[in-house]
Amino acid sequence: MKLITAIIKPFKLEEVRTALTDLGLQGMTVTEVKGYGRQKGHTEIYRGAEYAVSFLPKIKVEVVVPSAQVDKALEAIQRAAKTGQIGDGKIFVSPIEHTIRIRTGEADDNAL
Amino acid sequence: MNFNGLRRLTASACTAAALYAGSALPSLAQDAPKLDTGDTAWMLTSTVLVILMTIPGLALFYAGMVRKKNVLSVLTATFATFSLLSLSWFVLGYSLAFTDGGDYQPYIGGLSKALFAGVTPESLQGTIPELVFAIFQLTFAAITPALIIGAVVDRMKFSALLIFMLLWQLIVYVPVAHWVWGGGFLGSDGVLDFAGGTVVHINAGIAGLVAAIVLGRRQGYGTESLAPYNLTLTLIGASLLWVGWFGFNVGSALAAGTTAAVALTTTQLATAAAALAWMFSEWLVHGKPTLLGLASGAVAGLVAITPACGFVDPKGAIVIGIAAGIICYIFSTGVKKALGYDDSLDVFGVHGIGGIVGAILTGVFAAEAYGGKPGVLEGNFAQLPIQVYGVLATIVWAAVATFVILLVLKYTIGIRVSESAEVEGLDVALHGESLQ
Repeated sequence: MKLITAIIKPFKLEEVRTALTDLGLQGMTVTEVKGYGRQKGHTEIYRGAEYAVSFLPKIKVEVVVPSAQVDKALEAIQRAAKTGQIGDGKIFVSPIEHTIRIRTGEADDNAL
Repeated sequence: MNFNGLRRLTASACTAAALYAGSALPSLAQDAPKLDTGDTAWMLTSTVLVILMTIPGLALFYAGMVRKKNVLSVLTATFATFSLLSLSWFVLGYSLAFTDGGDYQPYIGGLSKALFAGVTPESLQGTIPELVFAIFQLTFAAITPALIIGAVVDRMKFSALLIFMLLWQLIVYVPVAHWVWGGGFLGSDGVLDFAGGTVVHINAGIAGLVAAIVLGRRQGYGTESLAPYNLTLTLIGASLLWVGWFGFNVGSALAAGTTAAVALTTTQLATAAAALAWMFSEWLVHGKPTLLGLASGAVAGLVAITPACGFVDPKGAIVIGIAAGIICYIFSTGVKKALGYDDSLDVFGVHGIGGIVGAILTGVFAAEAYGGKPGVLEGNFAQLPIQVYGVLATIVWAAVATFVILLVLKYTIGIRVSESAEVEGLDVALHGESLQ
């Protein structure tokens, strides 16, 4: 099992969700986050006073998938979240040791 | 209030005095002041509109521009100021502004109507009940000090703010209102101020500048982001100001007649022109038209047309609006930045400068066919220096008196919150409430 953490542009969330659902993946966790990468922030001007806004709003999508489906999931997220503009985000993949479904006690791939 | 109105009031008062003296003759009775229900209905409406300007109009306009941790403190300050100053107007303000001061008449009124003494339901001012006139003026005397809140947000002690507001209304606002509208020296010298360019806006604008300087900058000014919490609130506030201002300007005709129609027209046109002028100025300079710019421009236009609205023609009003939009933009951005004072929400840049622009241009664009007084464009060069004189007199009094009041408070009870309260935010530190 792998944890896929994708930081994406907020307006791309629905497309990413649809793409992952189409792969048969059930469930994901979504968080509203702020951050910056190469895009850096932007400047806002209020009555002539300039403020550098370093942290831009992004969406963090977390989804745990069986190892066999990781490549497909990565490809789907990339396709759905890409605009080609700077600031499209990043995807991180990390190993998951163990998973349990609380209601039934099922474990690992069966719990996903 | 315009001069025709004043003259009418004076004439009515004389007639009334004769009547009350018991010497009423049939011929005099025909000239006795009569209540006009149309005028009264409009003045009741105007009074309520000016209340709408302050709460929630001004309160929201300011609250949207501060950071989230101070939003409630700004709303609280505005609401409390408005309530407190309504009562002080009843107790002392009305009498000192609008009664005869005897030997001191050029500078201040008397105490004969303190606690509204002698103001009965039957008393008339012109064609409306005096109670309506007194409460209409109350709304002016309560919103004017509240305008200063924009200069002191995020850092002034609430207790000091309340005392300052009370003293400022009685020591600064009331005399200037008397000078211009209550029979004092500016009015008799011929200064034209239809609805309060000098009395309200220059007065509050200069006080805001002095208060911002005495109080000092906010922590983080120029280094941290002090970006507005929610400009939606600011736009709702600016819109309510625009709507309510028709009570302020058009109501200052004190009658539902032709002068009111002029004020209605000029107020609408100048405001629209100023909103666009500010927006296009910043679009040109910074590359983007902004909501805050539009809202600020509209308020600048409302301010600038205030002294002029019953005296100028529609074209003059548009020029005044454009001038106010551009000049107030320059002062609220470039000049403020260059001089380094933290007039946080631009009370000086918008009200002070807008008021000065409007008061001076009234002397240029006054049109005899619209307001009975010619200006420079109609060959009357005498009015312009009189306007400048009115502006300077107001600036000097507002600056000196505000400075003294603040210094006294500073060295007695203190005027600024502690550093930690400022960091925590005034909502929690002063009021124990917060936005979630």
